Parts: sequence; structure tokens; C-alpha cells
Amino acid sequence: MAPISFTLNNKNFSFEGDPQMPLLWVIRDFAGLKGTKFGCGIAQCGACTVHLDGTPVRSCSLPVSVAAGKKVTTIEGISDNIDHAVQKAWIELQVPQCGYCQSGQVMAAVALLKRTPNPTDKDIDTAMQGIICRCGTYPRIRAAIHRAAGLMKA
Amino acid sequence: MKKTGSSLERRDFIRLTGMTGTGLFLGLRSLANGLFEPASLRDAAAPLQLTPFVHIEPSGKIIIFNIKPEIGQGTWQSVPTMIAEELEVPLDQVEIVNSNGAKIFGQGQSVGGSYSIRGHYQQMRGVGASAREMLLQAAASQWGVPVTECYADNARIHHRPSGKSLGYGELSEAAAKLPVPKEPKLKDPKDFKQIGKVVPRPDVPLKSSGRAVFGIDAEVPGMVYASVLRSPVFGSRLTGYDDSAALKIKGVIGTRKCERIIGIARYEGIAVIADNYWAALQGRKALKATWDNQGKDSFNSAAFEKQAKEMSKQAGLVDHQEGDFEKAFASAPVKLEAYYETPFAAHAPMEPMNCTAYWQAGDKVDIWTSTQVPDDIMSSVPAEFKIPAENVQLHMQFNGGGFGRRLVSDYVLDAVSLSKQLGKPVKTIWTREDDMEQGPFRPPTYSALKAGLAADGTLLALEHKVISPSIEATLDKNHDTTKVSKTMTEALGEQHYVIPNLRSSYVYMPIHVPLLYWRAVTSTTLAFSHECFIDELAARAKKDPMAYRLDLVKKGSDTERVLRKLKEVSNWDRKLPAGWGRGVAQYNFFAGLCGQVVEVSKQGKGVKIEKVYAVIDMGTIVNPDTVKGQVEGAIAMAISAAVKPGITFDKGRTQQSNFHNYPVLRINEMPVVEVHILADGGPTIKGAGEPGLPPLAPALCNAVFAATGKRIRRLPFDINAV
Repeated sequence: MAPISFTLNNKNFSFEGDPQMPLLWVIRDFAGLKGTKFGCGIAQCGACTVHLDGTPVRSCSLPVSVAAGKKVTTIEGISDNIDHAVQKAWIELQVPQCGYCQSGQVMAAVALLKRTPNPTDKDIDTAMQGIICRCGTYPRIRAAIHRAAGLMKA
Repeated sequence: MKKTGSSLERRDFIRLTGMTGTGLFLGLRSLANGLFEPASLRDAAAPLQLTPFVHIEPSGKIIIFNIKPEIGQGTWQSVPTMIAEELEVPLDQVEIVNSNGAKIFGQGQSVGGSYSIRGHYQQMRGVGASAREMLLQAAASQWGVPVTECYADNARIHHRPSGKSLGYGELSEAAAKLPVPKEPKLKDPKDFKQIGKVVPRPDVPLKSSGRAVFGIDAEVPGMVYASVLRSPVFGSRLTGYDDSAALKIKGVIGTRKCERIIGIARYEGIAVIADNYWAALQGRKALKATWDNQGKDSFNSAAFEKQAKEMSKQAGLVDHQEGDFEKAFASAPVKLEAYYETPFAAHAPMEPMNCTAYWQAGDKVDIWTSTQVPDDIMSSVPAEFKIPAENVQLHMQFNGGGFGRRLVSDYVLDAVSLSKQLGKPVKTIWTREDDMEQGPFRPPTYSALKAGLAADGTLLALEHKVISPSIEATLDKNHDTTKVSKTMTEALGEQHYVIPNLRSSYVYMPIHVPLLYWRAVTSTTLAFSHECFIDELAARAKKDPMAYRLDLVKKGSDTERVLRKLKEVSNWDRKLPAGWGRGVAQYNFFAGLCGQVVEVSKQGKGVKIEKVYAVIDMGTIVNPDTVKGQVEGAIAMAISAAVKPGITFDKGRTQQSNFHNYPVLRINEMPVVEVHILADGGPTIKGAGEPGLPPLAPALCNAVFAATGKRIRRLPFDINAV
């Protein structure tokens, strides 16, 4: 079995094992990056959201083989010092409660703002409805995305 | 142990520091054998019940131990803040460390019941104040000045006349040698710099960057992974299994039997052990197990609901009574009756249950997990495995949600059992399907309500009879089911309405599925029936629902205050657009008191929640922003419980398995929420985590009635087709 190679947060990563293994478990248990979370295993909750060539994907349901030759970005890859505009807004508005879903929320928000620098509430609903927050931080997520959009313009 | 080593080292570090006597380690004294016991501080300062929470190193580093697991309710900030405020240290200069259920920290190492602040407000402040006074005395002695000339600020003691100062670290050794103040003087609340203020929570940056470590993130060298197959039918016995296909899967190491222990139930399971989790899951899929369902495969929701309706005709056990309901009801000229139903519910925290356990030589066990009850783990593991409590070392992590699910340690015990069998560190992770199908669940309540009215609609008599299974009966084998299960009639006798003839009663329904407390427990279902029925009474009396409640409510009560504030902030008398309706509800219960007004608009066959106004009655608060977030979140969870599918059973199995068929609220469904906090800073402190839940469903259903004339007496309901 040939190893599966991809770029993980701008570094080369190679995986030797079951090509059907979801990218999530490769990221967590083989690359050792625990920021990406397991929530449902069937692409329903979005806690496992990472970027594949810049597009948000549910890594729990994506076989690692799909990532071959591509760029994978996880929550650990979006900033070194927790200073991405989305993270700054998240901190300013005190978004997380338990925090478990927030890696997925942040990754989805980063992707949204890249695509749509000035999102409407409707844009936010569309981009963010794939990620469940059982604590109900939705009002703050919405406000923080608007705030991040402002920070990115500044 | 790369990632987790710090906790182990910490244990040794504490011991070492205490023995050498360096630094101020408040509330501990070292014994000759190197063990600790609560120091004189604890006895001397009773009733403050001080325990060893503050450690100041000579370097100036300050550690505060936190006994309240963070489950999203903000205790990582709010609990240490109570100490830091009195200690005169900004929380951002403090290292917060979990207490890990260690005996030296005493009782109360658990979170539930919205109790963390109100249960420890004086105690934690007393800890901080004691340390401050010892540091003040140490400085005064060193300078040879009266202690009254000194003050503490920003982790330093200052001498007012001379302007000189010393850091806490420089004073810690001397301070540690001083007697602990018997009655430390607490700060005047008007001088608070942190309590009552919006202070950033230190866990927020960690949780915005993937750096917060949850139980599921534990990494122990040499660990293996396990996934456990259990019968989908509660109460089955394992009759046999074939693991030959499972063992052929690459990475699978073996299978072991293990037992899930929850309350009075024990469920057999087969664990597939593998060198990675995906392989364990594949192995589990390949397992073939046979079960004897013990006749439990006939259990289904429709029959259970029918049974409840039948049982509602029985006289209930009296829970609470005022006046004479029977007599007043019999003679009332107008009688009103209604039957309300609610579903089972799953907690579904986003972090699935998991535990990493390492059973080592000498029957020592280390446990890494997310839990609401470190103290329970520290007692149930030794009890179940018959080992001394000091052999257990817990490494608490952040909880990816709790909502009551992590009040039991079933998922810890089976991981410990597997590690004991294998002699290796084992990480068990429940799948989401395990989480939803296997329970424990919030039980349903069925409510039979009766009211006797005067001809003009005046309320003369009210009975609320609850028909339901009992959480306690599933948890405690000694629970007496011939008595009222108070949890199941929660707070029916505590509403601040003046009703001359009032009775609540209880009819017990046996059940074999595991049940548990769910955020705001039975108040989440009883508030719905009780407050919707109050609305029915208002409608019968042809009164405005807010005015009706304000007439009925005890004058000067907390509920009156909440309702009046709610009327004001929701602009209740403002005319709504055509097709809109508003509803109000409140519930006063063990956790606290919140009232809500919900506004809905008709949308085709359904309704849309336009806005929710909430007023929470708090008294004193530590972090207003945390309180606000808790109410926002409670409302989101309550909307899910009102309008999304509940848990149902057929052929003995749970019919919901994951978020596709047990959906919860998503961002596009979240209404605008406006939270108002009543906090006059007085001595009364109420809870923040739960009170936001109960009023939502009745306020929503009452709003639906106002908008559409349709009375909803069964949850969940389809908000798109009322």
C-alpha cells in the first residue's frame, strides 16, 4: 500500500494505512492534531470541519485517500498566535461555552469570510448551519462573524 | 507522558512543596509521612469550610485550584474569580488548575443544579481573603509597621505611608508560616474589581484555537482504542458472539467483554480493541453477537404513552397541598381539565462520552476524562474495583458539554475495566449512535391538570398530577416507589401563585431504560404543562395572560418582580403586527427563576419564533456576560426540546441514532434573544445555567395560541405545521 501524502498546515504529511480511514482520525490520531473534533461521524454536526484546498469539508466522512496531493488546513493551521480576525472576534465577543464545536465553527467562519468578505445574516445562516452548537452560542457566532468581517477590512 | 505529564508531576510537586514548606499553600499542612490533610485552617474557619485552593510560589507564580468542572457554564473563570477578587490578583495573572477530585479539596467537586456560584460564594471568597490577610501580616512584620498601614493590590502588598511594596512571591514563605485567620474580612462588594464585572474568560482563546484539551484528546503512550458493542434493546443478555471477522481487520488486537454500570442497571458489552479507533470501529461492525432480549423487545412509545393516559385516572400520591382541592373542585361551577405530554430527551453533548484509563502495576489507575463529577469518579472507581481511593489519579479535562449526561461515570468504569483486563492504557470513545441509543434519557412527564373556577373565571382550585417514571428509581435500588419521587413533581409547590386550593400529586410508572437528570431536569417538562394550563385559565377568564398572572402572583414575590420586568422589557402592551402572537411563562425551581416572553409570527401553516425576551432573577452575580450566555444557550436547548423530535422507542430499541433523526437547533433557526438580568447584589444568589430553559416551551406554545388559536398540549410539536 503506497502512502497517502498531502499537505497538512503547510507541512508534508504521509499516512500509511487504510485509505478508507476518515481524514478526521488521521489528523487526530496519526498527525496528533487534536483541535479537530469528532462529533457525529456522519457529516451532520460539523465539529470536524477542516479546509481541503480552502473549502470547508467534514473530515469525519471524508476518506483520507481523497486528500492525496491536496492542501489540508486545520484549526491549528489558521494562525500561530490565535490572532486570525475570526479568532479575535471570537475572543472579543466571548463566543465559546463548552468550546467543543468551536474549531468547526471557526473553520467554517474563516472559509465564509474568504469567499464572502461582507456576509449578510442569510449568508451566515447558509455557511454556518452545518455546524451544531449544543450550548447555543449561535447569537454570538453571528455577531462575531460580522465583527471579524469588520476587523478584516480595517 | 508528553501531554498529560504535567498533572502527574503536579501531584508530586504539591507534595514536595508542602514538605519543604516553601511558598504559601493555603490550607495544607504536611505530615511526617508526606501526606496531607486539611489544615487547621479548615477547622478554625468553620463555617467557611476552607480547603486548599491557593498556592503562591516564591517566584510569584499564583495557582488557584478549581473544583468546578468547566462544561461550558463558565466556572473556569467564575469560580477562581471569587478567590482572586479577595486575593487582589487579576485572574489573568493566575494559573488555574483542576482539583481532579482530590480528597484534600473536600466536598463539592462536581457541577450540577446551577450551584457553582451560590454554593461556594462565601467559601471561595473566604479562601482568597485569608490568603490576603496572611500576606498583609507577613509584609507588616517584615517592615515592622502596623498591618493597618498596608494594603493589597495587584499581587503586591503596599505600605501606604512609605510607598514601598513587596510581591506576593517574596512574601509567600513567611506568610505560609502564619496562623490562618479565623474570620477573614471579606471585601465590601462596592470595592469589587472582578466580581460582578464582565471579565474575559481565560478558556475562550484556548477554545477559539483548538488548544483546549478535552477528555477525548487524552494521549497516553502505548494506549489502545476501544469501541463497545451493546444490545440495542435495553435489558438484553448476551448469549454469544463471534469475533472471527473482527479479528481479521488490520489493527484489531482483540475483543473483551465489559460491563456498563449505570444506576441500578448493568449492561453487557463486547469491546473491540485496536491500535487505532477507526480499526476498532470496523472491528465492531464485523462482530456478530446474539442477545436474549428478555421480553424487553416489546417496549414501545405508543404503548407507554397509552399506559400513562390510563394511569392518569389513578389517584396520585400527594406531593404538595394547600386548602382542600377535592372539596373546592367538586363545588366549583366551572371545571377545566387538560392532559399534557412530553417526550424522552437525549442530552447529546457535542463531545461523545469517552475515557482513557490506565491500570498499572500495584492496582494504581490513572483516568483522563470529561466529567461533571470528579468526586463521583474518585469514589465509584475504588468501590467498583475494590482498590484504595489513593490509588486513583484523575486528570480532568475540559468537558465538551454536559447538560447532566456527565453526572454519571458509566463510561469511566467500563474504560477502567478494559484497561485492567489488558494491562494497557485504553481509550474508549462512544459513537454518536451509542450516545443517543443507549441513554440515559430525560424521562417524559405526563400531566393531568384540573381546575375549578368561579363563574367569572376566578381560580378556586388547581390540581397538577404528574404521571411519569422516576429518575431516582433507575439510579438507586433503595428508592421507595410507594413515595412521591420529588424530582418528578419538581417545584409544582414552589410557584408564587396564590391558589387557595392547590394540590400536586404523582403516579409512578415503572420503566427499564436508564434515566438521568437533564439540564433543568423535570422543570423542563412541568413548566410546559403548568404554565400552558395557567394560560388556559387566563383564556377561560377572558384575561390577558400577563395581567392574569400579575393578578394571581403573590405580591412582593420574586416572580412578581420578574413578571413586571418582563412586561416592561417586552413592551407587552405594544400592538403586534397582524399574524403575530406573544406568550409569557415563568418557572421558579431549585436552580432559580426566569421568565420569558416569546413572539411568533404565522408563516404559512406554521409559525416562526421572532424574538425571545428573558428576565433572569439572580441576586448576586460573578460574570454578567456568562449569565447572559447561559440564558441564550438555555433558550436554544429549550427550543430544540420543544420543536425537534424527542426520543422514542419501538421493539425495545431507541429509534433515534444521530443528528439526522434527532436534530437539534441550528444557527438559521435561532431567534433573536434579549436577556435582562435582575441582580441587585443582595445576599440571595440564584443559579444561571438552568433557569433559562423551563419557561421557553410554555411561552412559545402560549404565543402559538395567541397567534393561531391552537392550543399545544404535546411536545414536541411541528413548528412548521401547527
